[in-house]
Amino acid sequence: MGRKAMSLALAVMAAVFFSSFSWSAETLKVGFDIPLTGDIPQVGESSKYAAEMLKEQINGAGGVKVGDKTYQLEFIYEDNESKAESATAAALKLITQDQVLAVIGPQASKQAVPAGEICNSFKTPMITPWSTNPQTTLDRPYVFRACFLDPFQGPVAANFATKEFGAKKAAVLYDIASDYPKGLAEYFKAAFEKIHGAGSVVAFETFTTKDRDFSAQLTNIVKSDADVLFLPQYYDEVPLVVKQARELGWKKPIMGSDSWGSAELMKLCGEACHGYFFSTHYAAAGAQGATKEFIDQYQSKYGYVPDDVAALTWDATRLLLQAVQNTNGLTGDLEKDRDAVKDQLGQIKDFEGITGKMTFTPEGDPIKCAVIVKISDKGEFEFFESVCP
Amino acid sequence: MNIDTLVQNLLNALQWGSFYALIALGYTLVYGVLLLINFAHGDIFMVGAYIGFFLATFLLGQYALALPFSLPPHVIFLVTLLLTMILTAFAGVTLERVAYRPLRRKGVNRLYVVITALMCGLILENGNLALLGANRRNFPQLLDNTVYSLGGVTFSDVKLLVIFATIAVFLLLETIVRKTKLGMAMRAISYDRMAVPLMGIPVDTVIVFTFALGSSMAALAGVLFATAYPVLEPYMGALVGWKAFIAAVIGGIGEIRGAFAGGFLLGFVEIFVAAFFPSTLRDLIAFSILLVFLSIKPTGIFGVARATKI
Repeated sequence: MGRKAMSLALAVMAAVFFSSFSWSAETLKVGFDIPLTGDIPQVGESSKYAAEMLKEQINGAGGVKVGDKTYQLEFIYEDNESKAESATAAALKLITQDQVLAVIGPQASKQAVPAGEICNSFKTPMITPWSTNPQTTLDRPYVFRACFLDPFQGPVAANFATKEFGAKKAAVLYDIASDYPKGLAEYFKAAFEKIHGAGSVVAFETFTTKDRDFSAQLTNIVKSDADVLFLPQYYDEVPLVVKQARELGWKKPIMGSDSWGSAELMKLCGEACHGYFFSTHYAAAGAQGATKEFIDQYQSKYGYVPDDVAALTWDATRLLLQAVQNTNGLTGDLEKDRDAVKDQLGQIKDFEGITGKMTFTPEGDPIKCAVIVKISDKGEFEFFESVCP
Repeated sequence: MNIDTLVQNLLNALQWGSFYALIALGYTLVYGVLLLINFAHGDIFMVGAYIGFFLATFLLGQYALALPFSLPPHVIFLVTLLLTMILTAFAGVTLERVAYRPLRRKGVNRLYVVITALMCGLILENGNLALLGANRRNFPQLLDNTVYSLGGVTFSDVKLLVIFATIAVFLLLETIVRKTKLGMAMRAISYDRMAVPLMGIPVDTVIVFTFALGSSMAALAGVLFATAYPVLEPYMGALVGWKAFIAAVIGGIGEIRGAFAGGFLLGFVEIFVAAFFPSTLRDLIAFSILLVFLSIKPTGIFGVARATKI
């Protein structure tokens, strides 16, 4: 044993050590472009919690097996402050600086529409869990979503209002400066007027983001003798509108959309919101199977019932991992891998998500059912009925 | 538009204008004495709403540390309102002490003090964001808020309370500024800041009093605002604060009557534009009207032209 042999042994050990080190450090980077602050921070929190839960579960079980390699997950969370411009900056940072394989988010259409443009032009797959506006995925082969679309949700709400409340005239109040409410309000109007004839939407009132007083618009709505008020707004505006509407003497039903389904809504709105309906992606009360498992696990970990954003983020991330697995092995060349993942995402069929079964169309939109939820007198989101395309 | 809708919108406008008026008051008081535009004032309003929120939830016994007895909700409301006004007055005075007084002592140009005020506002907003997180807070409902209907006009307790409180504050402040010695000192400082200390008037005391008065009015606005619009967020003061500043300018900054007239005017314009036109055009039309108004009378409704402005 001379000095040579000694250094050789050391070199071998070092080589083994480093190669095994880099082997175990094989990671799959996924970026999250979510609103951790800004107008809808609860949405960001739910997304992050759901993703963290999934990561722990998968990494705890050894990681994701793709082809013959196993990868540990690494999730990078970027705050988009619930602003369109920050969402594009966050997407850009995730793609170019953090070199992620794919992006999950943004959640609201206001951010998802512009961020989708960035991801598509950088040829990076993006799955938005919650954005229902058609623009998000339109003509963008790299952009997918895990939820239904507004052209489907609008008619669902219009039909339900007609059937359940016997509504012949409807009023709509929405934020004209935000993509999601504006799009959905227009689809609702079109669907409702198709059933009841032109002019049956008797009040089509607007406001702009950050408004706190809606008394002038609501006065018009109350005086318009509409049978139902359609309010496709986010959880921070809904309590204000609902309470002001009641103060101005509105006693008829109010119908909401999937943006109502946040865990925070009942904390802010309380009894004022009891008895109203909204269309959404899943109902937590009365869930079964994998959905119930997810809900129980989330509740015991974070202390509250997960909202639809959490469930959809869970599904979107699992969809992405499924697509990664379907590639049968990553090359390590980021551009090729991103392309392969995109191709696989477009071919997913009958994916069993906790928010329902999904099959993708070539446009990157899934075909799936909507759920109508009633807010019970205990403030729970109760399953009322399911509407399928 | 029939008469019901008109009266209803008048009431809506009075409520909305009340908030502008109460906040505009803080701008106008400070400007009247120091010729300083205190851009942090909108955020003092936000601080007031949050202090009110924590006091109200504490008094309702929602924390581990609770009072040994429970109070009826309307008593809690009154106690919250008074304590919030006192605490927020301290916050306003602290702001003056920490941020503005050192600059004033150094005799720097007023421009720098205005920039400092803007920064203080941002610090308050983002400090709140860092301290309490971005989650919205729900201000507890302390008043019954019965809804009355008279003909086709509907109004609630809160609406009436807001309007009457604003009128009461107007009368109170007019009395303080016109009839008391401190009020006279305030007017004197704005008239000639060099001569006043020579007459033995303690300038700093008067300035502290002005900030305390303005901040407590912002606190009153904050608690009433949170009662009427019970969702609190760190940036709630920014937009309302700017618009209230515009209201103060329209009324003639430095004039108490002007703050009220400007606040109600802005409230009326906003509500009626939203009622008649598509609400998309509200701010466009509202501010175009105000722009035309200012170009005709640049000093505002009650303002008098002064030689020194910033």
